[in-house]
Amino acid sequence: MLELNSVVVEQDGFRLTADWRIEPGRKVAVIGPSGAGKSTLLSAIAGFIAPMSGAVRWDGADLVAVRPGDRPMSILFQDQNLFPHLTVTQNLGLGVRSDLRLNRDDASRVQAALDRVGLSGLGSRKPAQLSGGQISRAALARALLRARPLLLLDEPFAALGPALKAEMLTLVADVAAESRATVLMVTHDPEDARAFAEDVVLVADGVARAPVPTATLFANPPDALRDYLGR
Amino acid sequence: MADSTRPLTLLPLALAALLLALVTATLVAVAARGTGFSLAPADWAAVRFTLTQAALSAAFSAALAIPVARALARRRFAGRQALITLMGAPFLLPAVVAVLGLLAVFGRSGAMNDLGTALGLPTISIYGLHGVVLAHVFLNLPLAVRMILHGWQSIPAERFRLAESLGFGPDEVARHLERPMLRAVLPGAALVIFLICLTSFAVALTLGGGPAATTVELAIYQAVRFDFDLGRAALLALTQFGLCALAAMIAWVLVRPTGFGAGLDRRAPLAAPDGWRRGVDAAVLVLAAAFLLVPLGAVVVRGAPGLLDLPDSIAAAAGRSVAVAILSATITGLSALSLVMAVARQLPGRQLIEAAAVLPLATSGLVLGVGLFLMVQPFVPPTTIALPVTILVNAALSLPYVYRLLLPEARALVTDYGRLADSLGMRGCPMWRWLILPRLARPLGFGAGVAAALSMGDLGVITLFAGEGRATLPLVVQHLTGAYRMEAAAAAALVLVALSFGLFWLCEWGGRRAGTE
Repeated sequence: MLELNSVVVEQDGFRLTADWRIEPGRKVAVIGPSGAGKSTLLSAIAGFIAPMSGAVRWDGADLVAVRPGDRPMSILFQDQNLFPHLTVTQNLGLGVRSDLRLNRDDASRVQAALDRVGLSGLGSRKPAQLSGGQISRAALARALLRARPLLLLDEPFAALGPALKAEMLTLVADVAAESRATVLMVTHDPEDARAFAEDVVLVADGVARAPVPTATLFANPPDALRDYLGR
Repeated sequence: MADSTRPLTLLPLALAALLLALVTATLVAVAARGTGFSLAPADWAAVRFTLTQAALSAAFSAALAIPVARALARRRFAGRQALITLMGAPFLLPAVVAVLGLLAVFGRSGAMNDLGTALGLPTISIYGLHGVVLAHVFLNLPLAVRMILHGWQSIPAERFRLAESLGFGPDEVARHLERPMLRAVLPGAALVIFLICLTSFAVALTLGGGPAATTVELAIYQAVRFDFDLGRAALLALTQFGLCALAAMIAWVLVRPTGFGAGLDRRAPLAAPDGWRRGVDAAVLVLAAAFLLVPLGAVVVRGAPGLLDLPDSIAAAAGRSVAVAILSATITGLSALSLVMAVARQLPGRQLIEAAAVLPLATSGLVLGVGLFLMVQPFVPPTTIALPVTILVNAALSLPYVYRLLLPEARALVTDYGRLADSLGMRGCPMWRWLILPRLARPLGFGAGVAAALSMGDLGVITLFAGEGRATLPLVVQHLTGAYRMEAAAAAALVLVALSFGLFWLCEWGGRRAGTE
């Protein structure tokens, strides 16, 4: 279970607070105006920014001293999710072992992950030879291989068209269901939240509010969300 | 990439400490040995000559580079890219070879004097202030052209299109676009060349000399080798350090990194005025190309016949030079890589590392040389360690260049992929093997190539230490030139040039191969 205990994050004079928890296995959208701190929130959870005060906990343990790569989570960024100089297979292999010393078992796991996301036969390609959707699939396959209980998505599908994005969200939901992972997804599109998330964290005015069931939130939006939606 | 395993954190700090220790120990050694605090009149003359020749060389190089850069910026013609590539070459050309080429054209029995004699003109001499400045302009004009060309190309094409749409003529374009750019770029270009010429040794050794044309660097050499007056050499070394440190500090603040090595082409050519300006541009380019190519061609013509019948000493000297170049380039490349990654990743102690990486700019080959000479002399005969000292000094002196070359690339690497590597838990050896080395292989190969070529062609510290049987190839070329054995000198120079550029090309090619995406 992910817990944020009175977390305060400060970056370049910008301040964000959060104090809530997410039950295991939930799919949560993080929405709010641009510049409100959605990505900052994810960076703090992933360990790229240390909170000024408060604690990020996983199953009760404080993660403050845990390095990003050792935290019980995988993250997909907006872009640069793959190393351009490595093949797709190598990029996926990093999700199994970060020194890429893969045995036969590891290699067949990588192959299975490629097949699972529909990239069979593309393992020897470099990222530059893939389409945007294929790159997203490869990054998701790597998260699948890492098999961490929390998946953080920082708008990785923002550059995809609507149909491709819907397809990717379905894939994320399937992958998360298979591994019973908790998903925290940043998006600026309320439709993504509606289609994908059970709960929504609203980030506005320096506060990341506690998650609220999606239907409840949109049925009776608070002022900050109303402003953002323009209604 | 915020943190890493211990040894790789400590290595850059240890390297930085070593560099600091090298420079500090050198200064302490010379300060302890310096006799008195006042320079003799002859030494003041050396200081004055050093500053005069450096200022003139910088001024002429920068001023002459303007029309060449402008012509290259606004004209498109077959061979343009080749000409721009050629402009990168003299930076790596051994100074002794440049001098030899200039002697072949402008020397007593050179082509110009032959022509002059036929026309009944008096013989001109290339020795003295004007010869030194001529050689420095030859070596640094291309560098100035590249820096100014970069300035021209940094003016956005939209700005030129706007000027065109407003009906600007060449004069208005010059007033509103080109002159402001030149005001920003020229001081930096001139200062870099001033700094390079401040520590000029090989050129002054061959074309200068005598009370009227001795640089501080040359005076240090003469004090050690001819007078064996180590106290005076030490005092001169301190003076040289003071001059360099001051100029380097000013340059470091004022000068932005040049586009050296970067692609210098733009998609949309600038609007090029027709009429007489077209003729002028063509003439400028022809003259500049001739100025650079004819002396080199003369070395080839003179040296080629002698290649078949080279003195035996040359093969051995070439072997020593290649070994020195490879070792010092390896040290420079690996040190620079370790230092830039520490700085880019913002590891603790990076201020110390940044300072140490540029510190060698405040010294010179002879300053470090004299310091090391004084330090080792009580224990071993200096000649026995000539080559290790040369390797160390060359590595230290080329480090700032390679460091500056790698730094932006390292910063981009951390910005683009640092978080991804962190999120995957990559650190230590796997991070170097799978991320840093493949991503930085290209600039690292280029930087190592520059370091190898500079080291291969350098004639500096070796002159203080070299005894019988320890000469490097540039030293052999210089000896042959000094003995007026011009054919043999030219042949040896050809071997030197081939090896310098060969090493550069090999490193650069290796980097490109390893860094393929």
